[in-house]
Amino acid sequence: MTEKTLHLAVALDGLGWHPAAWRLSRAGASAPLTARYWAALAGEAEKATLDLLTIEDSLDLQSSRPDGPDGRADELRGRLDAVQIAAQIAPLTRHIGLVPTTSTTHTEPFHLSTAVATLDHISGGRAGWRPRVSARRAEAGHFGRREIPVLDPARLDEPETLRLVGDLFAEAGDAVEVVRRLWDSWQDDAEIRDVATGRFVDRDRLHYVDFTGRWFSVKGPSIVPRSPQGQPVVAVLAHSSVPYAFAARHADVVFVTPTDPGHAAAIVGEIRAVEETVGRGGPPLRVLADLVVLLDETPTLARRRRARLDDLHGARFTSDASLFSGTPGQLVDLLVEWHRAGVDGFRLRPAVLPDDLTAITRALVPALRERGLFRAGYPGGTLRGLLGLTRPASRYAVAATA
Amino acid sequence: MPKQIILAAHFPGVNNTTVWRDPDSGSQIDFSSFVHLARTAERGRFDFFFLAEGLRLREQRGRIHDLDVVGRPDTLTVLAALAAVTTHLGLAGTLNTTFREPYELARQLASLDHLSGGRAAWNVVTTSDAFTGENFRRGGYLDRSLRYERAAEFVRTARTLWESWPAEAIVGDRDGGRYVADADPGAFAHHGDQFDIAGHFTVPRSPQVHPVILQAGDSPDGREFAASSADAIFSRHGTLEAGQEFYRDVKSRLARYGRHPDELKIIPGVTFVLGDTDAEAQERAHHIRRQQVSPQTAILLVEQLWNRDLSGYDPDGPLPAEDPDVTADTISRGRAGMYPDPVATARQWRTLAEEKGLGLRDLVIEVTGRQSFVGTARQVAERMNHFVQSDAADGFILVPHLTPGGLDEFVDRVVPLLQERGVFRAEYTGTTLRDHLGLGPARLRPRRK
Repeated sequence: MTEKTLHLAVALDGLGWHPAAWRLSRAGASAPLTARYWAALAGEAEKATLDLLTIEDSLDLQSSRPDGPDGRADELRGRLDAVQIAAQIAPLTRHIGLVPTTSTTHTEPFHLSTAVATLDHISGGRAGWRPRVSARRAEAGHFGRREIPVLDPARLDEPETLRLVGDLFAEAGDAVEVVRRLWDSWQDDAEIRDVATGRFVDRDRLHYVDFTGRWFSVKGPSIVPRSPQGQPVVAVLAHSSVPYAFAARHADVVFVTPTDPGHAAAIVGEIRAVEETVGRGGPPLRVLADLVVLLDETPTLARRRRARLDDLHGARFTSDASLFSGTPGQLVDLLVEWHRAGVDGFRLRPAVLPDDLTAITRALVPALRERGLFRAGYPGGTLRGLLGLTRPASRYAVAATA
Repeated sequence: MPKQIILAAHFPGVNNTTVWRDPDSGSQIDFSSFVHLARTAERGRFDFFFLAEGLRLREQRGRIHDLDVVGRPDTLTVLAALAAVTTHLGLAGTLNTTFREPYELARQLASLDHLSGGRAAWNVVTTSDAFTGENFRRGGYLDRSLRYERAAEFVRTARTLWESWPAEAIVGDRDGGRYVADADPGAFAHHGDQFDIAGHFTVPRSPQVHPVILQAGDSPDGREFAASSADAIFSRHGTLEAGQEFYRDVKSRLARYGRHPDELKIIPGVTFVLGDTDAEAQERAHHIRRQQVSPQTAILLVEQLWNRDLSGYDPDGPLPAEDPDVTADTISRGRAGMYPDPVATARQWRTLAEEKGLGLRDLVIEVTGRQSFVGTARQVAERMNHFVQSDAADGFILVPHLTPGGLDEFVDRVVPLLQERGVFRAEYTGTTLRDHLGLGPARLRPRRK
């Protein structure tokens, strides 16, 4: 049986996803504040021809508590702006997709749109964007424009909480809609440089987006000419029905967090159903399963390292995504199983950076290639191309010629 | 040692200074254009690269203005990318405070400062422009009279955030299990009229601590804001005498804030044209001015002063006989007003046109966009140096008329002459932009305990 190749992404955050990662990382404690560190990680991921890398971000300090800083001095704290990191990586790489995370809650859709479009120009068509909502009180306090109450993780189904979460995602939906309209607001051929008439652009090919919604209105057009991909790739991390629907309406790629193949199949089923319900047009969502990975040459070594990290952390580490620890060969078997369950690929979260990224690129990827499950190189082109997504025409160009 | 000249490179912008109709004019959006100009500036040992910002496309008579360059990238994203392909050059950008929040902008600039190893700079601009506000959540809510109040409070708040992490906060003691020295890093609070925020900043202290602050307004309020809060002024005083007067005025304001005159650099934006002989340079200058003022642009510039629809006018014919309309709303939107007294200026233009027998376009070429420095490389170097040594400026922000090669000739021909005279660095001696500008370390407020 020949299998479809899978998509492979890596999620970069701090010195790795395990809270004690910094204790064992080969990189220095302050490395995530340096350009060199991010360039090296991106270079490593690109050598293994991964589809894309994501960069986490948040508008508050890392914390184990939902209501604010936890006062822990023994874990990594502090981070740089993800768009700035992605932009800095762009000229140093040639093929890999660059997907920074930004909040849609306290930010301006216009700035988000121009920043990601510019990243697309700088990278020659490799930009993506992961919008997320800011549901924490601490983030709201940093802007002082609205109150967000502390959400009790144990009581997420209370009506007040459901309303707040629904609103945050509705606002995020409006933000993505505005951002995409702005990406379309310049037709590809708007710049004409017509010396005879003295015109630099044909203004009939520039369009107001005229968005009016509950949270903001935006006139347009963008200040940034249409970018190589037309619309950069939008990716969403989703754990439940509200964000699944948000992804189905607004995203190109969804990151999900199954616990086993059966769960993966169920999530894919739910996503396909919600795509139908919301009347999604265009290609179906690319579904990538998230996994925290801790890789070593033998299962015993992996187990020991995990125990060591948990011990340093003072508790067994769990997160929203499943944690795999074992050998690259064992991980290949697991990925094959989940892939057969219906996911299109994976976003791997290295437990320790750069160590577990290096294990992915130097051991896992060759093993996947041997099984015919992953590309041997880059075909050349844009991130949309890598993901099998066509370049959309500007909605306004379509309207103009209709 | 004679006074050292500061030099910065302005990426050609979206007004008619930028000539796009020349065969040598390249892309305004391809990253390669930004790389070319930045690397040229760095090869010339410039202090910094400068990128302006626009947040709404300009309009004239209710339609998008199409005669100049239209469209540009996002400032911060380009600067972060340039950090990867340069090593010493400062990276300055205009960023409007009206449509941003301090927490977000402060973390973007601190991130740029980390990623560039201490080369970030911010030109603080504040507008009360409801037209641009139509692209943003909070619209044009800022009253004009509050512009500098907001700018000053924004900068104060940003500096509070930049100082919020103590020096050496990250200890990374693996054996002792201590990542940060203080269990509560980045704590801050700011309670003011414009911003009322508290919490924790995410970005540890950056190499410069305070990225360099530039200010570009010329009103008394703008000068006062610069004197209290800025490290450099992007000014626009063309003649030696006007420059000296501005220089004296602004520098004299610093003492009130406990600052030394050297802590605020005065750097006018200037243009230049070079030639092998003076005559050749003058000829090239005239040719460039004709490129900058096309027949269509001439009509448009006259419309901006007259505030009337003049689309039926002949570019080679006379100026309008009637006075400007000072009662109607301005027909040009998305750019700063250029004429404080339009009626008087229009009368001067008419008089000059009659005296010299100039048609509309030739008159516009005569009165607008005259280049600051025209001559041989030696003449230009001498005049620039004279400006700086006579305290009309501390240096210049050079605005080339061509993208991306507009600075090549200056770097090849004028910079070596300035270096020969010992008034401009032959090599970088520091690593941060504060080092290049001779600003010394950022002055921090005493920490509360």
